[in-house]
Amino acid sequence: MCLAIPMRVTKVQGDPDDFLSNQIATVDADGISKEIRLDIIDHWPAVGDYVIIHAGFAIHSLIEEEALKNISLLRELAENTPEELLS
Amino acid sequence: MKYVDEYRDSTLAKPLVDELQRAVTKPLRVMEVCGSHTMAIFRNGLRTILPEGMELVSGPGCPVCVTSASHMDAFIAMADQPGVRVTIFGDLFRVPGTHTSLAIASSRGAKVDIVYSPMDALDLAEKNPGELVIFLGVGFETTTPGIAATILAAKNRNISNFVVFSTQKLMPPPMIALLSDPALKIDGLLCPGHVSSIIGAGAWEPLAKDYNLACVVGGFETADLLKSLILLAKQVGSEEIKVENVYPRAVAWEGNARACKMVDEIFKPTDMDWRGLGNIPLSGLKIRSKYSSFDAEQRLDIDLPKAEEPKGCMCGEILKGLSTPNECPLFDTRCTPANPIGPCMVSSEGTCAAYHKYGRDL
Repeated sequence: MCLAIPMRVTKVQGDPDDFLSNQIATVDADGISKEIRLDIIDHWPAVGDYVIIHAGFAIHSLIEEEALKNISLLRELAENTPEELLS
Repeated sequence: MKYVDEYRDSTLAKPLVDELQRAVTKPLRVMEVCGSHTMAIFRNGLRTILPEGMELVSGPGCPVCVTSASHMDAFIAMADQPGVRVTIFGDLFRVPGTHTSLAIASSRGAKVDIVYSPMDALDLAEKNPGELVIFLGVGFETTTPGIAATILAAKNRNISNFVVFSTQKLMPPPMIALLSDPALKIDGLLCPGHVSSIIGAGAWEPLAKDYNLACVVGGFETADLLKSLILLAKQVGSEEIKVENVYPRAVAWEGNARACKMVDEIFKPTDMDWRGLGNIPLSGLKIRSKYSSFDAEQRLDIDLPKAEEPKGCMCGEILKGLSTPNECPLFDTRCTPANPIGPCMVSSEGTCAAYHKYGRDL
């Protein structure tokens, strides 16, 4: 139920400070394009940013630096595994 | 898909599997509390590579599974009322109440619509002004902010034929209730990823500090899951118990303040019934009186009947991590996905459904 996936923002509408404005972004992933709500997102996204979508709402704007650091730490952990343990 | 595929990379996973073997230095039981985690662990085959001494148990994190039979009966009774259209997330459709389900009610003529988002339910209300459109709020912290935003949108758009029946639940209170049960011995918790996107990794700190429970917030791809299990094993091995976040691309330590503010505007904590766990104080959310015109319980005369659990069904014990589906006499005999008796077999994220799909021997 709490499934959520990252999608790329291609268009942003509305005013972050005005809940009455239509706070909507167009997002896409793997060729699927969709309009989602920005009412509850933590940081207002810009075009090109990735946001995490759950049930039609963006719940988190993904910080690229965090994601890159995350994957590079995992790579580091993987690469530091001694060769003899890799069978 | 960016930010997904790289975490599924097998060149990354293989060394992490080996690292996990080395990280387990003493026996440990880990609970994965989120239904999406349960499915992701099975899908990735991680149960087949668990090191000796590491045990995984599923917890009460599938919202459909923990919905009380009494609430299910009330949902069905509402759907049967004239002039009412009930909107739900798809998981709920086939869940049995005491005698029937929303699916059966729908086949008898009740209006039951499956929606992707609560906003779609609001649009249905706008298009059908002669009906009362009820959204059945069945979910955890991840889902609540969107429902709150939808109620606010209903107010702003002056849509008066839209209401929410909230059985929204909070994740930390049942965990604390479970930890107080001496029958359940767990050493670590794989904290739910997207619940934590909202409430923050820091929300799990009381569990680590007061209950000495190793806590790791993890994502849902292969590398995320492996890294989470490695850190849980290391924490338990070193006895340095704390909260760690290995899903920083989706979870901040302090959570999503904007979403929490939205939830607080619309909802307040209340005591809530959980299937299998009973009534847990302040573990649910109800709509504040300021927004009572959007509260189904205020608008309709809703009777919460005393419901009976199906005889022999062990969903309650399974949800508490005390039993596995294999121990249930109904599992894969009378209770199957095609003809489910308990909710853990209905929901695609239910523990019984996962055991049925991916192998009962695991």
